[in-house]
Amino acid sequence: MSTALQAQHVRDEIIIRMENVQKWYGSFHVLKDINLEVRTGERIVICGPSGSGKSTLIRCINHLEHAQEGRIVVDRIELGASSRNLDAIRREVGMVFQQFNLFPHLTVLQNCMLAPMKVRGTSKSEAEATARKYLERVRIPEQADKYPAQLSGGQQQRVAIARALCMNPKIMLFDEPTSALDPEMVKEVLDTMVNLAEEGMTMICVTHEMGFARQVADRIIFMDRGEIVEEGTPDTFFTNPRHERTRNFLGQILSH
Amino acid sequence: MLRQFGTNEFLFILTAARWTVLLSLIAFAGGAIGGLIVALSRVSSLKALSLTAGGFIQVFQGTPLLMQLFLVFFGATTLGFDTNPWIAAAVALTLNASAFLGEIWRGCIQAVPKGQWEAAGALGLHYPATMRYIILPQAFKIALPPTVGFLVQLIKATSLAAIIGFTEVTRAGQIINNATFRPFVVFGIVAAIYFILCWPLSHLSMRLERRFAAATTR
Repeated sequence: MSTALQAQHVRDEIIIRMENVQKWYGSFHVLKDINLEVRTGERIVICGPSGSGKSTLIRCINHLEHAQEGRIVVDRIELGASSRNLDAIRREVGMVFQQFNLFPHLTVLQNCMLAPMKVRGTSKSEAEATARKYLERVRIPEQADKYPAQLSGGQQQRVAIARALCMNPKIMLFDEPTSALDPEMVKEVLDTMVNLAEEGMTMICVTHEMGFARQVADRIIFMDRGEIVEEGTPDTFFTNPRHERTRNFLGQILSH
Repeated sequence: MLRQFGTNEFLFILTAARWTVLLSLIAFAGGAIGGLIVALSRVSSLKALSLTAGGFIQVFQGTPLLMQLFLVFFGATTLGFDTNPWIAAAVALTLNASAFLGEIWRGCIQAVPKGQWEAAGALGLHYPATMRYIILPQAFKIALPPTVGFLVQLIKATSLAAIIGFTEVTRAGQIINNATFRPFVVFGIVAAIYFILCWPLSHLSMRLERRFAAATTR
């Protein structure tokens, strides 16, 4: 079976391109010559030991972190010196964080309505309709008027997903979305992400959930010490990893 | 000849308390506006702005309030402004409150978790909108107890305005004491008036702090 045969949902158009990206924290080299192309509709899972640069990599895509060298082009927009391009990029890229980062002083509905109103200039009624639609989609419409602290971790993360979707992004970044959750809540968040994948969203997920990776990913990328060590389809990645470091990592996380 | 301490003398002191209250309110209102500017400058990414605000805070925290009052009062006269104790006291206390509130609020703004900035940034919100809708509302909750606590300090600090001749409650006490020579009674009453003004605020500050602690430890 040829790996060139791409799944139907992946289109030819390249939506994210990273070329020779380098990043240092002081003298610590976090990202070493990263090259990555993501196609529209593609779902990518990034895994690797902690401190390997996975989160830093996806945070460079929406410029929460700045790479010192290399090019990053998102939806044909390259971040030059202009902050206008940064705005354009952030409008296309939604992000979900490990710690949810919901706004605690706003209700669930207000969390979802704020950015569309203040960034896109959407009217209040339209923003509310959109917010309710996505809360419905993540299956918590009844929580709309509660505050984040009144919800469980799983519910909060689903609100965070809905909040990002309200901006109608073309790409969704997930930074270890289930790592801060109690085990019984992991599934509800993963289910939401699977639904999103089925709808054709371009997704890059940093996660240790290998079941999710197997089920959803078009491509799995393994990172270690700031490098992309190996990438491949779930089939080849799990059954036939090429690198020693990948085998060690898989041995550790799949052994129990 | 010594005057007796009677109802009139008591009322003189009591009515002077309104000037203490008014001066406190003016200094607090001015200090709130100034403090917000100082706090926002302090957390700004513009180095020059942040350093200027930092210097302002250092100067006003590192010198006695009494000297600040003198410098404003006599400084204005030296520069040729016809100033009165009222204006001098209001200006000096406003500047002082701006520095202290600015420093308190800087800490509160920085106490809002970094993830809030990141979430707002990832949603495309700009700095002013992030500040206004995300950071300041959360910082406000954190700031409430120490701010009320500072208001108590400020009310007591207005007593120094007596020295440049502003007739608030302390100076009213001095005037009455000079006429009656009943210092224990007179200054006891003055102290009681400050206590009546400050105690409910101290109490409020403690209650806010407890409520805040309860809300954040969950």
